[in-house]
Amino acid sequence: MNLNQQPHMASPYAPPQPGYQMYPQPGYGAPHPTQQYAPYNGHTSLYQQGAPPAGYSPYSGFATKTYAANVLSDSFSSSPPNLGQGRAPPVSGAPPVSASDSYSQYAQGNVQNGPPSVPSQPQRPPVSQSYAPATVHPGTQPTYHQPYEAPTTSVQQITGHMAGMHIGGPAPNLAGSTYAPPPSSQPMSSAAFTSTGPPNYTPQLASASQPPSSMSMTPGPPPSMYGAPPTSQPSFPGAPTPPQSAFAGVTPAAPPVSQQSFPTGAPMSQPHYSSVPTSSSQPSMGGPVLQQPPFGAVPPASAQSQFPGAAQPPVSQPSPYHSVPPAAAAGFPPPGGATVTAPPRHPGMQGPPFANQSMSAPPASQPNHTGAGMPPGPPIGGVQGPPPQPGLQGFHPQQNGAFGQMRPPQSGYAAPYPGQQNFGIQPPPPAAAPPAQKRLDPDSIPSPIQVIEDDKANKGSEPFITGVRGQVPPLVTTTFQVKDQGNASPRFIRCTAYNMPCTSDMAKQSQVPLAAIIKPLATLPPDEGPLHLVDHGEGGPIRCNRCKAYMCPYMQFIEGGRRFQCSFCSCVTDVPPHYFQHLDHTGRRVDCYERPELHLGSYEFLATVDYCKNNKLPQPPAFIFLIDVSYNAVKSGLVAVVCEELKTLLDHLPRESVDEESRIRVGFVTYNKVLHFYNVKSSLAQPQMMVVSDVSEMFVPLLDGFLVSVGESRVVINSLLDQIPEIFADTRETETVFGPVVQAGLEALKAADCAGKLFIFHSSLPIAEAPGKLKNREDKKLVGTDKEKSLFQPQVSFYGNLAKECVAQGCCVDIFLFPNQFVDVTTLSVVACSTGGSVYKYSHFQAQTDRDRFLNDLRRDVQKPMGFDAVMRVRTSTGIRATDFFGSFYMSNTTDVELAGLDSDKTVTVEFRHDDKLSEDTGAFMQCAVLYTSCSGQRRLRVHNLSVSCCTQLADLYRNCETDAVISYFAKHAYRTVLSSPTKNVRDVLVNQCAQILACYRKNCASPSSAGQLILPECMKLLPVYLNCVLKSDVLQPSAELSLDDRAYLRQLVSCMDVAESHVFFYPRLLPLQKLDVEGDALPVAMRDSEERLSRAGLYLLENGLNLFLWVGSAIPQDLLHNVFGTASFSQIDPNMTSLPVLDNPFSKRIREIIESIRAQRSRYMKLMVVKQDDRLEILFKRFLVEDKNSSGGASYVDFLCHMHKEIRQLLS
Amino acid sequence: MATFQEFIQQNEDRDGVRFSWNVWPSSRLEATRMVVPVAVLFTPLKERPDLPPIQYEPVLCSRATCRAVLNPLCQVDYRAKLWACNFCYQRNQFPPTYAGISEMNQPAELLPQFSTIEYVVQRGPQMPLIFLYVVDTCMEDDDLQALKESLQMSLSLLPPTALVGLITFGRMIQVHELGCEGISKSYVFRGTKDLSAKQLQDMLGLTKPAGTQAGRGPQVPQAPPSNRFLQPVQRIDMNLTDLLGELQRDPWPVTQGKRPLRSLGVALSIAVGLLECTFPNTGARIMTFIGGPATQGPGMVVGDELKSPIRSWHDIEKDNAKFMKKATKHYEALANRASANGHIIDIYACALDQTGLLEMKCCANHTGGYMVMADSFNTSLFKQTFQRVFNKDVQGSFKMAFAGTLEIKTSRELKVSGAIGPCVSLNAKGPCVSENEIGTGGTCQWKICGLDQNSTLALYFEVVNQHNAPIPQGGRGAVQFVTQYQHSSGQRRIRVTTIARNWADAQTQIQSIAASFDQEASAILMARLAVYRAETEEGPDVLRWLDRQLIRLFMFHLRRSPFLQVFNNSPDESSYYRHHFMRQDLTQSLIMIQPILYAYSFNGPPEPVLLDSSSILPDRILLMDTFFQILIYHGETVAQWRKAGYQEMPEYENFRHLLQAPVDDAQEILHSRFPMPRYIDTEHGGSQARFLLSKVNPSQTHNNMYAWGQESGAPILTDDVSLQVFMDHLKKLAVSSAA
Repeated sequence: MNLNQQPHMASPYAPPQPGYQMYPQPGYGAPHPTQQYAPYNGHTSLYQQGAPPAGYSPYSGFATKTYAANVLSDSFSSSPPNLGQGRAPPVSGAPPVSASDSYSQYAQGNVQNGPPSVPSQPQRPPVSQSYAPATVHPGTQPTYHQPYEAPTTSVQQITGHMAGMHIGGPAPNLAGSTYAPPPSSQPMSSAAFTSTGPPNYTPQLASASQPPSSMSMTPGPPPSMYGAPPTSQPSFPGAPTPPQSAFAGVTPAAPPVSQQSFPTGAPMSQPHYSSVPTSSSQPSMGGPVLQQPPFGAVPPASAQSQFPGAAQPPVSQPSPYHSVPPAAAAGFPPPGGATVTAPPRHPGMQGPPFANQSMSAPPASQPNHTGAGMPPGPPIGGVQGPPPQPGLQGFHPQQNGAFGQMRPPQSGYAAPYPGQQNFGIQPPPPAAAPPAQKRLDPDSIPSPIQVIEDDKANKGSEPFITGVRGQVPPLVTTTFQVKDQGNASPRFIRCTAYNMPCTSDMAKQSQVPLAAIIKPLATLPPDEGPLHLVDHGEGGPIRCNRCKAYMCPYMQFIEGGRRFQCSFCSCVTDVPPHYFQHLDHTGRRVDCYERPELHLGSYEFLATVDYCKNNKLPQPPAFIFLIDVSYNAVKSGLVAVVCEELKTLLDHLPRESVDEESRIRVGFVTYNKVLHFYNVKSSLAQPQMMVVSDVSEMFVPLLDGFLVSVGESRVVINSLLDQIPEIFADTRETETVFGPVVQAGLEALKAADCAGKLFIFHSSLPIAEAPGKLKNREDKKLVGTDKEKSLFQPQVSFYGNLAKECVAQGCCVDIFLFPNQFVDVTTLSVVACSTGGSVYKYSHFQAQTDRDRFLNDLRRDVQKPMGFDAVMRVRTSTGIRATDFFGSFYMSNTTDVELAGLDSDKTVTVEFRHDDKLSEDTGAFMQCAVLYTSCSGQRRLRVHNLSVSCCTQLADLYRNCETDAVISYFAKHAYRTVLSSPTKNVRDVLVNQCAQILACYRKNCASPSSAGQLILPECMKLLPVYLNCVLKSDVLQPSAELSLDDRAYLRQLVSCMDVAESHVFFYPRLLPLQKLDVEGDALPVAMRDSEERLSRAGLYLLENGLNLFLWVGSAIPQDLLHNVFGTASFSQIDPNMTSLPVLDNPFSKRIREIIESIRAQRSRYMKLMVVKQDDRLEILFKRFLVEDKNSSGGASYVDFLCHMHKEIRQLLS
Repeated sequence: MATFQEFIQQNEDRDGVRFSWNVWPSSRLEATRMVVPVAVLFTPLKERPDLPPIQYEPVLCSRATCRAVLNPLCQVDYRAKLWACNFCYQRNQFPPTYAGISEMNQPAELLPQFSTIEYVVQRGPQMPLIFLYVVDTCMEDDDLQALKESLQMSLSLLPPTALVGLITFGRMIQVHELGCEGISKSYVFRGTKDLSAKQLQDMLGLTKPAGTQAGRGPQVPQAPPSNRFLQPVQRIDMNLTDLLGELQRDPWPVTQGKRPLRSLGVALSIAVGLLECTFPNTGARIMTFIGGPATQGPGMVVGDELKSPIRSWHDIEKDNAKFMKKATKHYEALANRASANGHIIDIYACALDQTGLLEMKCCANHTGGYMVMADSFNTSLFKQTFQRVFNKDVQGSFKMAFAGTLEIKTSRELKVSGAIGPCVSLNAKGPCVSENEIGTGGTCQWKICGLDQNSTLALYFEVVNQHNAPIPQGGRGAVQFVTQYQHSSGQRRIRVTTIARNWADAQTQIQSIAASFDQEASAILMARLAVYRAETEEGPDVLRWLDRQLIRLFMFHLRRSPFLQVFNNSPDESSYYRHHFMRQDLTQSLIMIQPILYAYSFNGPPEPVLLDSSSILPDRILLMDTFFQILIYHGETVAQWRKAGYQEMPEYENFRHLLQAPVDDAQEILHSRFPMPRYIDTEHGGSQARFLLSKVNPSQTHNNMYAWGQESGAPILTDDVSLQVFMDHLKKLAVSSAA
C-alpha cells in the first residue's frame, strides 16, 4: 500500500511540486498565483463541488491530497516536521509570504519529489494543457465548477488508483491500523455524509475527522514510500493536534484544499493548477492564464456555490481555510483545516462538507495512500470496503478534484494520482489490510458504479460546452446537455483519448488506442436542436483545395479574409467572392456567428449535383419489405404479425419535417423457395402477385406498381397485407432462399434508380437450391480450437459480393431473423454488416411472447431517421491518419467508408495512426464528413469537427482517456480479430495490450515503487474490470450452451455499437428495486454486477441493452411480492411472464415506468425475463453478473485484477 | 369405265389422295424417266361425314416389321380364319373376336368401299383439349384491347372441359396461375434466359408427388388432369376473363428510338416447356399472339434499336442478318420439342412490320400449327380468322385434330422417299423406306401435331422394282396410310386408307400411263418440292432446277408466285405464303399458284377469264381469288358509274345487282376459307389494283401495247415476260434437242 501510495505520492508530488511552486507564487504573488491557481481553483472548486455531490469532498481532497500527498511525500521525504512547518507556514503565513515560504518549502519538497516525480512533471504539462482548455472556458468557468463537482468520478478513479496504491502497499497495514481508527471516527462522519455516500464520505469524514489518522495514513504511505512511516506518523501527529497543520502535513492536499477554499481566492486553485500546469500550462498558459482568471473568478463562484450550497458557513470556513490554506499550500493543511472545520461542516452541509471533506478527504485519501496499509487496504481491497471506499472516495475526490475537474488541465494531477491509485494487489492487501488478506476485498477495487455515480454527480448538471480543445466529455452514463461551440458533441464523436501523443513513439509506448467512435446521425435530445443546414449555393460547399476538407471553425482566414488556410493540411485556398467576408481585429470573420460552419462543431451542407451519383439528383428512397412465408414463419405467427403491423407502421415512415407525408416509397415481397412480388398499383382493385421462381438469376418482374407511395395505394396495400397470411396459411414449403431475396430488393432499387432499405424477415437456413445456399455447419467441437475462427467467417463468398453490389446501389439491408435452429447468422449478416444495416434475431419466435419485442424493434427500425447511399470520410490534421475502421459498412478503398444506409444508431469506429508528428500547439483536428441522401431524397453533407489536444508527456495522455471508448474500441477490434485468430490469442493480445498500457503508465507516469503495487491511471482505473467483461463476453469465451448464431449475432452487434451501448453491454446495469423511491423520478443507484451483492430479500433489474431481467430473491417480502406480482407467494410467480402485471399501486407503477424508461433508452427493445432465485433461468442471468466468475471460465473481477497486476509486473521487470 | 378424270375425283373424295400417276411404271428406270415421281397429295382427315366410326381396333399384320392393317385388299381364307397381308404376304390368324367371320359376314374393313376406314380407340383416358394462350403485351392499347376481346370471345367457343392457360410476355414472361381467389398470381421469368423443361417444372412447382402417381394407377383414369396453370374453362371462365381484362401494356419503359423488349423466344419456350412437363403426348395448342419481333433473349430476331431495321432478303443474301441463324435454331429446337410431344404452335402475328416469321416458321410448319399474318389485331382479318379456328363440324366438334401420326406401308416394289407438309419425321425405319430422300424422308412415320380437314401432305415414292424383274401383268401396288390422331372429342382415332394402283410396263403401256397422269396433282407436287427446296436452297437455283425438271403452264405462274419469288416480299411474307402452300389441299394450292379470275359484266353471267392483262376491261368487274386475297376490281367505266351513284337509282337496279354479285361471291369465299383472305375492293386506277396487276399475265405491257389490240385490256408496266413469250421459248426448247 505504502508503496503504491508512494508511487502515487511521488507522481503526485512531482506535480505538486510545480503546484507548490505555483502555489507559493500564488500565495506570494497574488496575481501570478491567482492565475496559476486559478486553474486549480477551478479544479478545486470543481472538485469541491464534485466532492459534495458524491461526498467526494475527497476529490477536492484529492486535489488537495495530491498536493497533500505530494506535500506529504515531500514533507516526508524532506521531513515530516518540515511539512508540518511548511504547511503551517503557508497557512499561517499570510498567503503570500507564508505561502511563499511554504511553497518554497514545498518547492523543495517538490524538488525532492521532483527527482522521482520527474515523469510526473511531464505529466503536468499536459495538465497545464488541460488548463489551457480551462482557460478557454473562462466563460464557462462556472460550469467548470460544476463539472468539477462532477469530476468526482474522475476523482474517484483517482482515488481508485489511490486505493490501488493502498492495496499494494504493505504500509497499508499501518495505514490500516490507522484507518481502523478512522473508520470509527468515520462512522460519525459517515453518518453525516451518509446521505451523500456513506462509504465515501465516511472515509473522507474519517480522514477529515481523523485528520490524524488520515495523516497517519498519508504518512503511512509516505513512509513506505520514503521508507519513513514513522515520519509520516509524526506528521500525523502534528496534523492531529492542529488539524490544519496536520493537514498541512498532509498538506499537499490540504494546501490545495485551502487553495480551493482560496478558489474564492483564485490563488489557491491556481497553485494547484499552476503546479501541474506550470510546465505545460505555461506554454499553454497564455491561454490558461486567461482562463485562470476566470477560474479565479469561477472558483469563488464555485466555491461559493459549493459552499453556499453546502453552507455559507463553509464559505466562511473557506476563508479560514484560506488562512489555513496558505499553510495548506501543502494542501493537506487545508484538508486539515477542512477536516477540522470539515467535520462540523459536513454535518452541517453535506455538499459543503464534501468540499470540505474533500479537503479533509484529501487527507483521508492521502491517508489511504499513506496509510497505504490501511487505505490501501481500503483502496485495493479496502477501497471498496468502507474504508476503501472512503479511501477511494477520498482519493477519488481528491483525484477528481485534481483530475476530474482539472482533468484536461489537471492531467498532470491525474497522472500523479493515477499513480497513486495504484491498486496494491493481493500481496499488498494482505499486508495492507489484514482483513483483506489473501483475497482482495471486492469493495476495495475500483468500482464502476462509483465512477459512474461520481461522474453523474460532477458533470451531470451543467451543460458540456464543446468550445475547448481536448476536453474529456462526461461519461456515457451521465445525462448531460451539450452546447456546440466549435467541436462536435460527444454524442457524435467520442474519442478514446482527448490528448493524443505527439509522436508515434509515444503512442506505441503507451499502447493506448487512438480512436474515435463516430455516430454521424446520432439523435440529439430536443433541447439541443437539429443541425443547421447550410447552403453554399451552386458551387457547393467551400472546401480546401488540397485535402478537400470542408469549411469549418478551424479554418484560418488570412489576407483580410480573401484566403483561408486549411487547418488539416495547411494549404491556402482562395475564398470564393460570394463567400468573402471581412475579418475583425482578432482575425475572425465578421459573420462568424452567423454561419454555422464557422462556429459550430456539427452542421450540414446542402450538396449539389456534383455530389450525386451519375450527376443526377437522387430519387426519394424506397423501403422494401421482404417476408419469409415458409412453413416455420407462418406457423410461428410471424407472417401475420408483420402484415398486421405494417398496416399501421407504414403511416410512420421517416419524413422531413416539412413534408406532410413521407416521400419514401414502399414495396412488398414474400418468399419461400421462390419469390413473390406484389403489384400494388393504386389503380388495381386487387394486388397482383408475381412469382419469380428463377432464383438463380434474380430480377424484378415488374416496375410500375411495385414501389408505390403509401398514401396513394393504401387500399391495395391493406388488401395485400390482409391476404398474405391467408394465402400462405396452408403452405407446406419449408425451404427458403436468402441470396435471391437480397438480390430481388437490390434489383428493384436498381430498376427504380433509387437508394433504399430492405427489411427482410427470415426464418431459416437457406438450403433451397439458389445462389447463396448454405449448409448447416454448426460444430461445437470447433469452439476453442484454432479452427474456431472459421465459424466467424462466412461459408460462402456470395454474400460478400452481393453486399458490394448493394452498396453500389445504396441498398441497405436489415435482417430480422426468427430461427428455430441454426441459420448461420455469420454468413447471412454479411450483407447487413456491409451495407450499414442491422440484424435482429428472435430465436424460437412465438407471436404471443415475442411480439412486443419484435414489433418495437421493427417500429423503431422503420421510423428511425436515416440517410441513404452514404459515404463517410474522416480527415485529420497532418500527423495522424485514419487507418482502420470498424462498423457496418463497406470500403472499396482505404479512406472512404461507404454506407448504403446509415441510421441514427449506427456508429463507425475509426482508428488513427501517426504518420508524422503532431504539435502540442495546434493540437489535432479531425473532420468527419458524411455525404448522404435524406429520407426525402435530398443530398446532404453532414460535417462533424473535433479538435483534441496533443501532448509530449505520457501523463497527459493518461489523464485524458475515455475508458469506455477504449473498451468499446478494444471489443470491436477483438471481435474482428476473431475472424483471423483463435479466440484464445485474441484474449491474450487484449490482456497484453491492456497490461502494456498500464505498465507504461506505471513506468512513466507513476513514481517508482515496489513492483507489488498496482497503480492505475485515474482515467483508466476501470480498464481491468471492463476488459475482463470483454474477455469473458460470449464471443470471446462462449458458454457451452451458446450457439454459434448467438455469438455471431453479438459479434456483429458490437461492431456498430456506440459507447453507451457497448458500455452497458459489457457491464450490465443492475438496479435494486426493493427500496424504490416511488415518489421521485430518479432511478435507483446501480449496483455492481456481482451475485454476492444480491439480497435474498431483494428485487433487481438487470439490463445490458439486449436483455432485461427481473431477479426475484427467494426471500422477497410479502408486500413487495404483492405489489409487484400480485401474487401471494414466491412460488406463484410465473417465470414465463414477459411483462409485469398492471397493478394499481405506486410500486408496481414505478417499476413498470422504470422498465419502460430503460427500454426507451436502448435502441432495441428488451423483453422482460423474470428470474426467480434458484430457478433454472438463473444460470443465464448469472452470466451477466460480470464481476463474478462464470461457468465458462471467465475470471472474476478480483482474480482478473490480480492477473493483470501480474502481467504488468512482468512487463515492468 | 370411268375416265381417269372421274376416277381421280372419286379417289380424292373417298380417300383424300391425288396421285401424280394413277398407273405406275413398273421399274425404277422407267419411273425415273417419267421425271415427275410417283407421288401423292394425301389429305389424312379428308372430311367424310358419311364415314361410320368403327368402335373396335384394327387388326394388324403379325409381322413385327409390317404391322399393316387388315384391309379390303387382303386375301382372306374364311375357313381357316386366316388372312394374308397384302404388303408382306404374311399369313395371319384372325383374332378370336372374328370367329364368326365368313364371306357373308365380313367386317367393315374388308368391304371394298371402306378403303378408308376410321377406328375409334376405346382404351386410354379421354384427354381434354388444351389451349395455351401466349400473349404479347408490347403493343398499342387499341391493338391490345382488340386482342383481349378476341381472346375473351374465344373462351366462349371452347368446350367447357377444355383446359386453358395463359402466358403473357413483354420484357418479362408471366405464367398466370388460374383460379386463384383474391390476389391474382403469376409466375414471372426473365426474357433473357432459356429454361429447360425440368427447370421450368421446378420453378412452377409442378413436380408431381412421386408416390401418388404410381399408386393411382389405372383405376382413376377419369381424374381430370389439370394443374394451376391449365384449368378447365368452365371453372375459371370468369377468372380468366377478368385476368384478360386487366392485362396491361408491358409497363417497362420504352425509351425513344427503341423497340419494346419482347421476350418472345423465352415465352414460347416456357409455353412449350409447360406443356411438355404437364401434358406430354397429348394434343394441345399453343396460340401465340405477337405484336412485333422478339427483341431480347434467345430467339430475338432484331435488336431493340429502332435504327437497325429487321433483316430483309437483301440482308439475308448478304449474310447480314446477325440474329437469324441463332433465332432459327432456337425456334427449331422448340418446334422439335413441341412436335415430339404432339403439341401445336400457332402464330398470330399482327404488326405492320415483320415479326420474325421467317425464324419462327418451323414452329408452325413442324407442328401443324397455324400461321396468321395481319397488320393489326384490330382487323377483321385477324378477328375472323381467329374465330374460324374454332369452327365446328356438324357433330359439334372442332375441325381440328391433335397429335397425329401418319404411317405408310407400301408394297415391296414401292418405297417411300419422304413427305412434304406440316409434319416431322418420327425416324421410323422400316422395309418401305427409300434411301433417296425427298422432303422429310428416311422414315415411314411422321408426326402431324395439328391437322384439320384440309391438311395435306405431299408424299413421294420411289419405284424400286428393277427393270429385269418384271411385275406380272395385272399386278398392283398398294399403299396404306395409317393415321392415328386425337379427335377433338378427346378420343384417339385411327384412320386407315389403303389404295392400290396398277403397274404398267412403260415400254408397252406408255399410253395408259400417260393417260393416268394427273396434271394438277403433279403441278402441286412439283411445286411443293420446289418450295421445299426454296426453303433450303438459294432462290435462283430452285428456279433453274424447276426449269430443268419440267415446263408447264403452272410453272409459269409458279415461277412468278411469292412461293419462289422473294422479290417484293419480306422474308416474313415469304414464310407466310409458303407455310400455307405447304399444307393446303390441291384446290387451294392451285388457287395460290394460279389465281382465279372471274369477270362480271352486263354481257352475260359471271365467267372465269384468263389471268391475263387482256381480261382487264373498262366495263367489267373482276373478282380475283389468290387464296390470300380476294380482290374486286371495278373497270374504269363501271367505277365511273358507281361513282356517279347509278346503283342508287331504282331504274338502274341491274347495275346494283351487278355490283353486288361479285361481293356476294367474295363473301362466300371469305366465309369458308382459313385463314381469312385479305378482302380488297378497288377500281381502275386504285392503288390497291396493284394486287391484280401483279398477278395477271402481262400480255400487254408498255413495250408491246400498241402491237396488240388497243381496244382491250390494260397494259402492265413490267419487264416480266408474258406467258406468250414464255411459251415461245418453251416451244423452242421442247423441240430443240432435249437436254
